[in-house]
Amino acid sequence: MIVVGAGHAGCEAALAAARMGCRTLLFSINLDTVAHMPCSPSIGGVGKGHLVKEVDALGGEMGKAADLTALQYRTLNTRKGPAVRSTRTQNDKARYRILMKGVVERQPLIDLKQTLVEEILAESGRVVGVRDHIGAEFFAETVVLTTGTFLHGLIHIGRKHIPSGRAGEFPADGLADSLRNLGFRMGRMKTGTPARVRRDTIDFSRFDELRGDEEPNPFSLFAEKREIAQIPCYIGRTGERTREIIRRNIHLSPLYNGTIQGVSARYCPSLEDKMMKFPDREHHQIILEPEGLDTEEIYVSGTGNSLPYEVQIDLVRSVPGLEEARVMRPAYAIEYDFVYPTQLKPTLETKSVDGLFFAGQINGTSGYEEAAAQGLWAGVNAALKVQKRRPFILDRSEAYMGVMVDDLVTRGTREPYRMFTSRAEYRLLLREDNAAFRLVEKGFELGLQDRDALEMVEEKERRIELETRRLEQKRVRSTPEANRILEKAGSVPIDESATLSRILKRPEVSYADVEAIEGVTSDLPADVKRQVEVRCKYDGYIRRQEAEVRKFKHLERLEIPGDFDYRGIPGLSNELKQKLDEIRPLSLGQASRIEGMTPAALSVLMVFLKRHRQGKAS
Amino acid sequence: MSGPKAEEVGRLLFRPGKRPCPFATHHFYHGDILSRESGAVLDEALVVLMRAPRSYTGEDTLEIHCHGSPAVLRAVLEEVLKAGARLAEPGEFTRRAFLNGRMDLSQAEAVADLVGARAAKAREVALAQLKGGLAKKVKEIRAALEEQLAMLEAAVDFPEENIETEPPSETAGKIDAVAGEIARLLAGYEEGRLYREGVRVVIAGRPNVGKSSLLNRLLGEERAIVTPIPGTTRDFIEEEIQVGGVAVRLADTAGIREAEDAIEEEGISRVWERVARADVVVFLLDGSAGISAGDLRILGGLKEKKVIVAVNKSDLPQRLGRADVERALSGSRPLRISAKFGSGIEELKKLILETVLGGEEMECREELLCNARHKDAFERAAEFLAQAGESLASGLSPEFVAQDIRDALQSLGEITGETTSEDILDRIFASFCVGK
Repeated sequence: MIVVGAGHAGCEAALAAARMGCRTLLFSINLDTVAHMPCSPSIGGVGKGHLVKEVDALGGEMGKAADLTALQYRTLNTRKGPAVRSTRTQNDKARYRILMKGVVERQPLIDLKQTLVEEILAESGRVVGVRDHIGAEFFAETVVLTTGTFLHGLIHIGRKHIPSGRAGEFPADGLADSLRNLGFRMGRMKTGTPARVRRDTIDFSRFDELRGDEEPNPFSLFAEKREIAQIPCYIGRTGERTREIIRRNIHLSPLYNGTIQGVSARYCPSLEDKMMKFPDREHHQIILEPEGLDTEEIYVSGTGNSLPYEVQIDLVRSVPGLEEARVMRPAYAIEYDFVYPTQLKPTLETKSVDGLFFAGQINGTSGYEEAAAQGLWAGVNAALKVQKRRPFILDRSEAYMGVMVDDLVTRGTREPYRMFTSRAEYRLLLREDNAAFRLVEKGFELGLQDRDALEMVEEKERRIELETRRLEQKRVRSTPEANRILEKAGSVPIDESATLSRILKRPEVSYADVEAIEGVTSDLPADVKRQVEVRCKYDGYIRRQEAEVRKFKHLERLEIPGDFDYRGIPGLSNELKQKLDEIRPLSLGQASRIEGMTPAALSVLMVFLKRHRQGKAS
Repeated sequence: MSGPKAEEVGRLLFRPGKRPCPFATHHFYHGDILSRESGAVLDEALVVLMRAPRSYTGEDTLEIHCHGSPAVLRAVLEEVLKAGARLAEPGEFTRRAFLNGRMDLSQAEAVADLVGARAAKAREVALAQLKGGLAKKVKEIRAALEEQLAMLEAAVDFPEENIETEPPSETAGKIDAVAGEIARLLAGYEEGRLYREGVRVVIAGRPNVGKSSLLNRLLGEERAIVTPIPGTTRDFIEEEIQVGGVAVRLADTAGIREAEDAIEEEGISRVWERVARADVVVFLLDGSAGISAGDLRILGGLKEKKVIVAVNKSDLPQRLGRADVERALSGSRPLRISAKFGSGIEELKKLILETVLGGEEMECREELLCNARHKDAFERAAEFLAQAGESLASGLSPEFVAQDIRDALQSLGEITGETTSEDILDRIFASFCVGK
């Protein structure tokens, strides 16, 4: 197997494939930027933390590396329900990079090489290898492309337009052309990164400290307890002058003078965007995040822009507390090519070139976590293809990863795609806290998790069930002690007697309260207690979603043959026929999610599928 | 004719008259329809092409307006089919219109209702729905809910963006307002249903009180235009009359008395089934006979129904005073009629409508619900919204409330179309400034 690109997607792809027994070549333009974080120094966040936990449960590496290089842990949405609670770390970028590079280098069957791949070698619709910039050819059964922002990458700083993959790195123009020649439909996207300033030029007294959690909650199921320094971040806001500077110089912004054609993400606007689209808002948030322990560079979140360097310096210094700041790296915008992901199968293999897989930003996504999850997914499927095993696909009810891939290959994306919890219709079932229970077994079946991991999770599952049943059966009487505990928790007394699970179902009562009422402290591990509590408390909603999932699975199981002829179906609009023909959904369920699909069109399709199947049978 | 080849087929058959025919969209052209084989003129006609998407189906549509005799129509139709067209399946034009986005599901249903409308009110309700009255209402309700959902989702997905969220009580208030709106729509269902399906009336009573005469009298001069409704229980004849623009479906029943054999018993149990499905029962007494134990027994079985008591045979010497009836029937006021001579019949018709529609002025509101599928969807939405209110009140986190609202939207979406999460995101981004 060959993996082109050794960022977050490429590393996961290569590691998964090698661990599944494939001899894997991993190429990077620069071996010093393997697993680089070119933008924010943090991993996880709402929706993204879910992805990291899923990657970890399946046997990926990102969670482990994030834990080992964490400078701070913060759980987001702590005051909301368990399904939307998400983990995020601040990370030491340099250490993350070196750590991941070491893991990749020491992984048996991975061969890491520095080169610039320029061409995909394909013969009669099938990939056979790649050719690099000095003409060397490498051959493989499957190839995974993880090109990040490198395909025709073009950096914009004011009037300067510099062809680069990232700041200071070559673009991969030849590879982009090669993909076009293979017939892929490609588009342009735009992303950007804010300025970095020197720590000792910041007046921290003008910012508020953002501290980490008292108790760090690691990403990885296998993380050992570790003392973390919990380095703080700092929050401030733009100043009086900031808006004026942008307004005065907006004509110099390539985003606003028509130079940049690529589509940018609405959730990650540049400062120009924020100011122009919300002109009435006086201040915007600025967050200072350390880039690492061994460097003085500070990432100034909220200052992303594409203005000329001299304007940028003025801009940064208009922020209270940054009046004296020395800018070490300017902010920049970057445009790059992506491939419309509806050209992919749900395995992330391309439909037109057999054996060629894409993962990460090439598919129109953004984010380290989204990249890592796709990398694992593509790496696994590329390996399974080599080994002639069944493809690995998680559906929307099983994982955030499944939601993301289905969104990409079924609906495509118009802007850099980021994970949100609101994208997951079965959100209440897809929690960070149950990622292991959902996915470790699948990781084991793939050969990415060992038997110990599987047995650990199975043992926990057994204990959760036993404890749940025990709570359902055990009744406690209404005693003054018990009611005192309930009162303290803000709850009402027990009438006469009640089962412990009835009491735990009350929103204000915790598992610890129930233990206190019982007068015992159980020796169950914390995550088992947590599962017992969550499953008991939200039982009603969980059941409702499980019922929805059963309905959903029914349509997912109605398969559509790969050679199904949509042109022969009267009553479907031509536009829809064309879309169905391009996307080639694997099931009626997937077809139902295609843009423009209506319930009526779906019924027509269902009728014809039935007819088609009967025709084949007779 | 609808479809991309409509113009092509038209050109094959149509020979323009004096003026040339460029088939400009939405223009009538005069000329002849020809048989391609013999070149004979089949009819002199007007043709009009409506180009996509400005047509009923959203596709190119060609209309041929010819003379109305079956022979002409058959000849022209055969020629059209020979030229490459095929006959449309039932409802296919509307289905295409729906698939091409020319109308939503509720409008497509309204077309069917309009075609099947049997009385003025049914036609008015269907037309209002076809014009998008109900769809507009559903859209308004969905928009209100989506706004709340966007708010909740923004708080969940962007916890660090200082998004101004409203207190739960305010959200609850807004959701409550939407639930109230749905309740108002549901309250109109009974009226809408009666317009659409007609009012089912059963005439019940002992044998020989004059049920059949009453039925015949009610049908009276309208007899000529009523049609028996197929598919009803074989033992009953159901016939229809129009009262104030509403279809009233009348069923005569066998007389109810103590059954003397198994066959009769079977017949009488069917009468009761019939009664159970009726919107109103006209309970007929014989004014010349007085109230018997048999009458009271029947009346006992009508407790759950809307009942009009009519005392027949007002032309004969009366043995049944008003007081007798009121005493026996605990206060209900009888209507004196004579089926034989027709007195009191107009009053009875009016009373039937008043009894089922609550006597209110019948005003055909745009958003009148008349379809059981729509009612079911609204009811489920209402349940989810009630759940959302409870979740908010008990202090549950926004994602649970969001789930309730999503489920409500899903139910409403069944009436007209679908909500996707992308729609919700669009709303978030349109109204908030978020970014990292």
